[in-house]
Amino acid sequence: MVTTFVFVVAAAVLLVAALIAVLKNNLVHAAMGLVVSLFGTAVLFVLLEAYFLAVAQVVIYVGAIAILIVFSIMLTRRVGAQWGNQTNPTWPFALLAAGVLTVLFALMVRGWNPDQALPAAEAVPGDVTARLGAALVNPGGYVVPFEVASVLLLAALIGAVYVAWGGRKAEKSTQR
Amino acid sequence: MDTTLLLEWTIKAVILIFILLTGFAYLTLMERKVLARIQVRLGPNRAGPYGLLQPVADGIKLLFKESIIPAKADKVIFVLAPLITVIPALVINAVLPWGRTVTVFGRQVSLYVANINVALLYVMAIASIAVYGVTLAGWSSNNKYALLGGLRSAAQMISYELALGLSLLGPVLLAGSLSLVDIVEAQRRMWYIVYQPLAAVIFFITSVAELNRAPFDLPEAEQELTAGYHTEYSGMKFALFYMAEYVKMITVSALFAVLFLGGYLGPFESQYPWLGPIYLVLKILVGLYVLIWLRATLPRFRYDQLMRLGWKVLFPLALLNVVVTAVIVVLMG
Amino acid sequence: MLWQYVPIAILLVLSTALAVLIVLLDALLGPRKPTFRKLSPYESGMVPIGPGMRRQPVRFYLIAMLFLLFDVEVIFLLPWAVTFRKLGLFGLVEMLVFIAILLVGYIYAWKKGALEWE
Repeated sequence: MVTTFVFVVAAAVLLVAALIAVLKNNLVHAAMGLVVSLFGTAVLFVLLEAYFLAVAQVVIYVGAIAILIVFSIMLTRRVGAQWGNQTNPTWPFALLAAGVLTVLFALMVRGWNPDQALPAAEAVPGDVTARLGAALVNPGGYVVPFEVASVLLLAALIGAVYVAWGGRKAEKSTQR
Repeated sequence: MDTTLLLEWTIKAVILIFILLTGFAYLTLMERKVLARIQVRLGPNRAGPYGLLQPVADGIKLLFKESIIPAKADKVIFVLAPLITVIPALVINAVLPWGRTVTVFGRQVSLYVANINVALLYVMAIASIAVYGVTLAGWSSNNKYALLGGLRSAAQMISYELALGLSLLGPVLLAGSLSLVDIVEAQRRMWYIVYQPLAAVIFFITSVAELNRAPFDLPEAEQELTAGYHTEYSGMKFALFYMAEYVKMITVSALFAVLFLGGYLGPFESQYPWLGPIYLVLKILVGLYVLIWLRATLPRFRYDQLMRLGWKVLFPLALLNVVVTAVIVVLMG
Repeated sequence: MLWQYVPIAILLVLSTALAVLIVLLDALLGPRKPTFRKLSPYESGMVPIGPGMRRQPVRFYLIAMLFLLFDVEVIFLLPWAVTFRKLGLFGLVEMLVFIAILLVGYIYAWKKGALEWE
């Protein structure tokens, strides 16, 4: 099946990219790994027929958050410099924990029967984007979380301006 | 999913790429010709009649040029950056509707590569990737002009992306869909430039800024930044940046036509669907002409002016436009 | 539907192939005569001064942060705009509250001078 093939390829790319993001010494390379893995996630969303989520993932995570990360890397001194190890002395324990988890997952997947798995993601009737928009402002839907989200964004906004810009004088406006 | 369908999609994709590349080649000639005429010159006229072979000559020349990778550059990212720039520039065009369904060899063929119901968001998503090409090209060159130019262009692009995204909301509010085909069809009664003049103006200004073209062509502010993020690029790698810019010019003109000028709509289009692409091409040509005209006419912004325009004028105006449009839509029922 | 994304995938594959081909041709066809001067950073013909990469102003970070926050707002507005006609007055009020809260932050950033470049 084509979807399975695409899934396997996307998942493999995602994992390798995520490893690059974690293991690379060069921060810009690591950030690129992160971008690719975020893309892989968008592809997975497409495969799950969550199109709005997929595209929003690219717009927000790839187009904004990862850009922010790249910009903040450029604020640091020597990007390409080798700054010692990417791992700390406890890495064998982390490896052990990861190994145990992998085994557990493998056992789970082995006991999983694809034929009677979860019902295949039901095709949502109508335009998903429109339904999402309706749910966001519907009193019976997610209107409270939605408005709270704006307060969260406001807090982040003020925090960002204060942290990055707080020390400067406010009245410093350009003459022209 | 049968083989014929796959074949049809592949052919359409190949044709789209062919159109975009030819468009790119002749847009460079058109730009040089129009600029020359505006400056009372003749422009290129030696290669072929009216200089029509000039783009071919340019391409061959660039292909056989030495392509330098600076010694201290980050080689992998230096080579990747033009790819990251040009691939999204081509892929973004997948959702452009060139017309309705036509019959080719007795087969119903729709004149777009893909019609997805989140098309406009897809455009935003792919467009936002362009920032990486610019930033990485600047960073990987190990050149201080390139790095600063790349960062400035990137900051400029993300600043104008906000107002751009908000200006898209006007047509979406009116059409009630993110699909470009639906947006065009919703304009059968009246083009949206009539209902959304402010959104159209903001879309145009911000997309010129996204293109990094005059008067927002900071990368070419040679007195301060040499050639900006592509200072160190040469040969076909440079040509790829160039190609991306011109393909994006075509995309922006096409999107403007689709969102505000009725896309492929025009007289007698409903009887003869083949007229659709012709109308769209004509509208694109007008948009391209205006882009070139701007370059010939306007001086470059200073960087602080540019950021102020983006954040303090265009962003609030675009937000205001959304609110006003929404209120009017509610009042009209 | 999923099949609608197959043409996009085809276009992506073809575009990537084309771009990679161009870069390969570039490497194959062009001459290659590197010299020390040719491979050193271009600084208008001068001998390069200092390292090519240096720390960049915090301004860029702040701009990216502001962009991220307002970008999320735009993404929230899109599905609302799609279905706005069916939501009517209530949807409008909800969205006005949402925009108003974020406008507070915008005004704060403006007053703090975070939108100035200097």
